Amino acid sequence: MENLIALLVAAPLLGAVVLLCGGRRLDRTGHWLGTLFALGSFVVGVVLFMDMLGRDADDRAMHQHLFSWIPVGGFQADVAFQLDQLSMTFVLLITGVGSLIHIYSIGYMEHDERRRRFFGYLNLFLAAMLILVIADNYLLLYVGWEGVGLASYLLIGFWQHKPSAATAAKKAFLVNRVGDMGLSIAIMLMFTTFGTFAFGDVLAATGETSEGKLTAIGLMLLLAACGKSAQVPLQSWLGDAMEGPTPVSALIHAATMVTAGVYLITRSGAIFNGAPDAQLAVVIVGAVTLLFGAIVGCAKDDIKKALAGSTMSQIGYMILAAGLGPIGYAFAIMHLVTHGFFKAGLFLGAGSVMHGMNDEVDMRKYGGLRKYMPVTFATFGLGYLAIIGFPGLSGFWSKDKIIEAAFAYDDGIRGWIFGGVALLGAGITAFYMTRVMLMTFFGEKRWQPDAEGHEPHPHESPKSMTIPMIVLAFGSVFAGGLFSLNESFVHWLEPVTSFEHPHPVISVPAITASTVVVLLIGVAIAWFMYGKRPVPVTAPRGSVLTRAARRDLLQDDFNHVVLVRGGEHLTRSLVYVDHTLVDGVVNGTAAGVGGLSGRLRKLQNGYARSYAVSMLGGTAVLVAATLLMRAV
Amino acid sequence: MNPVNYLYLAALLFSIGATGVLIRRNAIVVFMCIELMLNACNLAFVAFSRMHGNLDGQIIAFFTMVVAAAEVVVGLAIIVSLFRSRHSASVDDASLMKL
Amino acid sequence: MSFPLLTLTAAVPALGAIATAAVPAAKRTAAKWLALFFSLVTLALAVVVGIRFNTGSGADRYQLTESHSWIADFGVRYELGVDGIGVALIGLTALLIPFIIVAGWHDADPQETGNTRWRPTQGFFALILMVEAMVILSFEATDVFLFYILFEAMLIPMYFLIGGFGDRAHAGSDENAAAQRSYAAVKFLLYNLVGGLIMLAAVIGLYVVAGTFSLSEIAEMRAAGELEMATNTERLLFLGFFFAFAVKAPLWPLHTWLPNAMGEATAPVAVLITAVVDKVGTFAMLRYCLQLFPNASEWATPVVLVLALISIVYGALLAVGQRDIKRLVAYASISHFGFIIMGIFAMTSQGQSGATLYMVNHGISTAALMLVAGFLISRRGSRLIADYGGVQKVAPVLAGTFLIGSLATLSLPGLAPFVSEFLVLVGTFARYPVIGIIATFGIVLGALYSLVLYQRTMTGPVKLEVAKMPDLKLRELLVVGPLIVLLVFLGVYPKPVTELVDPAVKHTLSDVKQHDPEPEVAAK
Repeated sequence: MENLIALLVAAPLLGAVVLLCGGRRLDRTGHWLGTLFALGSFVVGVVLFMDMLGRDADDRAMHQHLFSWIPVGGFQADVAFQLDQLSMTFVLLITGVGSLIHIYSIGYMEHDERRRRFFGYLNLFLAAMLILVIADNYLLLYVGWEGVGLASYLLIGFWQHKPSAATAAKKAFLVNRVGDMGLSIAIMLMFTTFGTFAFGDVLAATGETSEGKLTAIGLMLLLAACGKSAQVPLQSWLGDAMEGPTPVSALIHAATMVTAGVYLITRSGAIFNGAPDAQLAVVIVGAVTLLFGAIVGCAKDDIKKALAGSTMSQIGYMILAAGLGPIGYAFAIMHLVTHGFFKAGLFLGAGSVMHGMNDEVDMRKYGGLRKYMPVTFATFGLGYLAIIGFPGLSGFWSKDKIIEAAFAYDDGIRGWIFGGVALLGAGITAFYMTRVMLMTFFGEKRWQPDAEGHEPHPHESPKSMTIPMIVLAFGSVFAGGLFSLNESFVHWLEPVTSFEHPHPVISVPAITASTVVVLLIGVAIAWFMYGKRPVPVTAPRGSVLTRAARRDLLQDDFNHVVLVRGGEHLTRSLVYVDHTLVDGVVNGTAAGVGGLSGRLRKLQNGYARSYAVSMLGGTAVLVAATLLMRAV
Repeated sequence: MNPVNYLYLAALLFSIGATGVLIRRNAIVVFMCIELMLNACNLAFVAFSRMHGNLDGQIIAFFTMVVAAAEVVVGLAIIVSLFRSRHSASVDDASLMKL
Repeated sequence: MSFPLLTLTAAVPALGAIATAAVPAAKRTAAKWLALFFSLVTLALAVVVGIRFNTGSGADRYQLTESHSWIADFGVRYELGVDGIGVALIGLTALLIPFIIVAGWHDADPQETGNTRWRPTQGFFALILMVEAMVILSFEATDVFLFYILFEAMLIPMYFLIGGFGDRAHAGSDENAAAQRSYAAVKFLLYNLVGGLIMLAAVIGLYVVAGTFSLSEIAEMRAAGELEMATNTERLLFLGFFFAFAVKAPLWPLHTWLPNAMGEATAPVAVLITAVVDKVGTFAMLRYCLQLFPNASEWATPVVLVLALISIVYGALLAVGQRDIKRLVAYASISHFGFIIMGIFAMTSQGQSGATLYMVNHGISTAALMLVAGFLISRRGSRLIADYGGVQKVAPVLAGTFLIGSLATLSLPGLAPFVSEFLVLVGTFARYPVIGIIATFGIVLGALYSLVLYQRTMTGPVKLEVAKMPDLKLRELLVVGPLIVLLVFLGVYPKPVTELVDPAVKHTLSDVKQHDPEPEVAAK
């Protein structure tokens, strides 16, 4: 059974190679092939899952050693896979949601002439993401980590003829690279500390080193997670990443890739457990991003960017939970999975809306779409209820647990602060999601003919698009409840992540009750602002906070002024320095030698008499010198 | 007579020759001055021969004469051909290594 | 007396050069095929060298040795031998030359057809083969004087290749381009000659101190404790050697010849410079500086590491600021050479294995990127980045290969350069954490210049001038395809090279009496 693990990766990888190298011959069948390879990987995942379920809880991890990758002295990197409960969860999520999105893309990308390549990139993404989650050492994880970065780069910039898409793609890759720097340094630290970077060896040996080392490693891992999971301060790329086709936003920038940071922190739990300072940093990053993303999400009029803000915020919840230690890991992953369902569903719904609205993304130009797109409305609505944590739906189960765990952080003031932040975030989530819902599906229709006079004709999307949405909606509704039956999800993960029951500073029913109250307040405010009153087609100027939030809380402006402008000046002045100073010294020497020889050349004037003088003078000097030497 | 006087004469003749080489422009005159310097050397050699009481100096004087004769042949040939092409025997005109 | 395999490996391209040069003017195409044939035979011989080389634990350090008396009065001998590092680099050289020849297939066609005695094509390919012969022999030499002669002699064909066969895509008039080209060629020559002269002084100094030029004899003397070298003498001699190698490598601040040379030369010649000839510099640091002057190497390490670090960051930042595609690649190479030199002087097995691997990988990745860039430039007739845009839409295969070349340059995991870059970083970090961490910034900057280049040339709206640009032709695909396959293969399975290099690195480390730092927590 172990030998099947490599097949998980091999199938989509083969798909990517075939589709990308196959040329135009595959243009007509490429999308089916790509979907087939994705489904194949999913089937293998399910088979492995069944096998895993059939064994004892402590005996479920599987290993497959393929070959020795980089053997240099004490540095031994292997290509080896490890499939345990944590990886298995991810494998099913990635291949499952991935396959659904492949199917959805068949319809969504129907009219794109480069559809084959799109599916090739999607397969490439699946392969890289699977390597990321089933690698058995940090270096191989790094391969997947950058591999998904590459796939994300290619897919964000898929419509490369748009300069904005190309820029967004580059930005995403660069910001991610800053995070990758953290991962590299973390691996190097592990190597110098433990002499290895295989999960099993490192995580077992954390007790033998100092807390300082663990904190350093933990902070570097956090930097990596910040880059990949769009957490403050490396969050700026996610909003721009919405330039990519919507299925990409659903798969990569909502359900799977951006959650890799959560995976990394959970996987490295043993390191963080030994470094409370690093954990605190993780929790702070999570809490700040949770609010940051939520605030940004409130102000955006672009439906995808609003959802992107929401993604950021929800991943903030997961990071927060992962920073809480054994009381939070399982809930972080649980929220990750349910979020995978409802956020992918929401994005696909947004894509479906855009599909029917001539790719319009401004929610102020939607309105009243529930009549035209009933299926989209229903699935989007269920996703909406799930994400705001409506009691009984998926989001409720997972988010509520995170809020509980946050209140249990450290039994004191920290519990209150972070619990409060998590609770507040739930309210804001309810607000902005209700806003999205109301602006898109309710109210009067506000669409207008575009510049060329085409009036949008909203219509329901084809079956290939609606079926994945329906499946995801089922997940959004039932997954959370299913996972919470007898705490089955927590027990499933317990052998990998360990688990402790949280002891919140206030009682659990009180937390649940206040969550529901906060949620209702958020919905109510949104209804008063966007449901009761008509939505203006052009955005009002808004308060200072609104305007800042529209500009991602000015973080991009800061980046632009400090990094982009500063960098441009730096490189330009360095080019100047290189040309004038470094090269100037050399050219100056050359000019000096040239000038000197120019002077000397004048002595060679061709007049025999002047040569005779120098000969005579030379003779005189020689004679004088000889006499002088003799005299001395 | 004291042979040293011959040396003084040789030095005087050599100086006259050297000055002539340096200040005169006519190639023939320069040439004659060079001959003068050579002969001043010959005089000095013979005087030294006398002073030291052996024949070495006289032998070298003969060598010098042979060299001078050869030099005159080549040198005059060059001067004549220069004069033919330039219609001048000034050494300053021939400052480039081409005709 | 065994079969002189190493001599043959160097002699075949030399013979090829003579044969190619002798082809009559009218038979240009025959000359090309002849050159290609000889380069392929060389490649086959290099493979044989690799197979015959024994990497077992008890194997000799230098193998396949040959030794003949040459200039007996000065103790100069014709001594050859290879260690794993040499084999890897001979392999790289022999591998790249056929690609360079095929890529430059039309670069030296005479522009006017009237003159029937004019034979630039023959000269071009003969010079390339000549360079190959000298480079291979310099990797094989185990006699310092023999190495010195080759180190200098390869400047001559390189000078003519740079000065005589310029890139036809240039801004401004023909005279202007010719002036720039000769400036670049003279600059290349002068820089390297100055370095070489200083090295000559050091070579003579070494002879005075040691009484021999033979590496193996010097090693024996050192092992027996008979080699007396005063500290200052050793340091001066080290500096003499290092200066020459740092010019060739090139290390900041001796780098300014490289952008000129690479910018003005044709793309294949630019590859020849940076991927093949410059490797002699880094190779020689590893072999001569460390082996001959271990104590002085240790003494110089901090300064060299800082210079390497400056090269990494400085080269990358300048690459971002370039407007010329080929100059951008040149500055990127300066950054990469910084990594190689850093790995060598980190004095750890990861660092040095990584540096050797880096030499090989950088050769392949730069060749891939630069040759595709050359194909691109030849289509549009401009080297300026600003003249391109949207090429991806009209020539997707070209753009795709260009992207893979760029990704290799930024060391994406899965492609070969990642392995070496990471090894260098780990090796440096293990001993000098601060330098290692700063060097890690290089990976962000690397991504910056690579992706900026790709974005500005390949994406965005299609520019009018590139709208009719044809995609890669079969000849061009034959050049790029195998290089990309190699990049992927060595990225996934670098073991053959690391196994080849490992024993040599162990020997070098024992020369400088260094051990890898132990991890804090002992392995179980």
